[in-house]
Amino acid sequence: MKLSGRHLLGLENMSRDELDLILETAVSFKEVLERPIKKVPPLQGKTIANLFFESSTRTRISFELAERRLSADVISFSQSGSSVSKGETLKDTARNIEAMKIDMVVVRHASAGAAHFLSRVVDANIINAGDGAHEHPTQGLLDMFTLREKHGSLENLRVCVVGDILHSRVARSNIYGLQTMGAKVSVCGPATLIPREIERMGVAVYHRLEDVIPEVDALNVLRVQLERQKRGLFPSLREYHRYFGVTKEKVQKASRPLTIMHPGPINRDVELSADLADSEHSVILQQVTNGVAVRMAVLYLLGTV
Amino acid sequence: MTQTRIIDAAGMRRTVNRLAHEIVEKNKGAEEVAVVGIRTRGEFLARRIARKLEEIEHHPIQVGILDITLYRDDLRGRLDQPRLQSTDILFDVNGKILVLVDDVLFTGRTVRSALNAIMDLGRPKSIQLLVLVDRGHRELPIKADFAGKNVPTSQLQEIKVLMEEVDGEDGVLLIERSPSEESL
Repeated sequence: MKLSGRHLLGLENMSRDELDLILETAVSFKEVLERPIKKVPPLQGKTIANLFFESSTRTRISFELAERRLSADVISFSQSGSSVSKGETLKDTARNIEAMKIDMVVVRHASAGAAHFLSRVVDANIINAGDGAHEHPTQGLLDMFTLREKHGSLENLRVCVVGDILHSRVARSNIYGLQTMGAKVSVCGPATLIPREIERMGVAVYHRLEDVIPEVDALNVLRVQLERQKRGLFPSLREYHRYFGVTKEKVQKASRPLTIMHPGPINRDVELSADLADSEHSVILQQVTNGVAVRMAVLYLLGTV
Repeated sequence: MTQTRIIDAAGMRRTVNRLAHEIVEKNKGAEEVAVVGIRTRGEFLARRIARKLEEIEHHPIQVGILDITLYRDDLRGRLDQPRLQSTDILFDVNGKILVLVDDVLFTGRTVRSALNAIMDLGRPKSIQLLVLVDRGHRELPIKADFAGKNVPTSQLQEIKVLMEEVDGEDGVLLIERSPSEESL
């Protein structure tokens, strides 16, 4: 069994068997991460470039760590201080990478489709680390891995993604991946931040947290991107917190303890109350640990074929 | 293709018995001994060896399972990607005498991978190698400390170890292919 494609561009077109293979492989890598020596040799001699055209700390570090633990050689470019900020096009950057004989490219870009584009112009394996509001497949996978670890199976698990769904690649990857695995996905947020066509994806839409909390097993709370407020998509942080902030008080209405996820970084007491973020039902730090294991699995499966 | 049964169920039981006694003899007991099986059949063989050691020495013997997929030298260029499984060694290998267990010793490359995998877990006092069948054709300087049976084979032949736990029966088969089947 192996993945059918050479790239990981999104979860939209992945089969259940493929997602299963990645999640199962990640279980083995999680065991590697608990060893005294956390490094294994399968990507020895491979060179991986991390191209982050948009700032990111967590995802970039997680990828770098995953790559180094698989014994790959790693180079990282980020927006500031590279030729990217000097106006070089994505295609030219890609050609230069090709000329440097790089085997795999991890790319984060503000434009949807950037990873697809790269996969057409270079020979390397491409891994999408977030493209605009399109997809963030490894985040989707680590969310699925964490939920599976906590609940045993994703089949019929009820998950609600809360917040700014309109601009969220995390929401999309969650919806595609979780639905393929048989979970029931819903979304909850202000009407201005929910795309109009979303119900066609088979997702239930809620506009009140109080309505959805009794109906689900887990909440995936998205970060409020503060710059959206300036565009008038929601009135104030205080009001957002009042209606869509997930708090201990609100989750007490759940039929049983809710699992709380957040892709980070958290705006404490805006989208998620601090006491809940630090509570026993929060799996936010497990998500970070699992992120490394899941990324190792993806790199290993694409890089050793 | 012809098959010959070179070890039957009773023979296998006696062989495991003898190998366990050899371990005890060589190490003057089994105080520091732990047994590590290489997935898949080495795992079941390791469990049987450990059980036998416990019978002989009357104290518990630790058993671990090693998945060597990440350490293989033929990982790239294979048509099918081997499914990665977990290494399951829950005890500290430092200072132990590890008896590494596999069903068949052939080129020695699997053992080489296993040695690297163990070294990443710690520093055992020593590592000894136990195999059920040694069929020759080594490509690396590796030798078994305990071998159930030496079976000189040709490259056309194949050894298949059957174990109750996965195959439903115990035994060792020598499979002979005609030259035209070689590429199969």
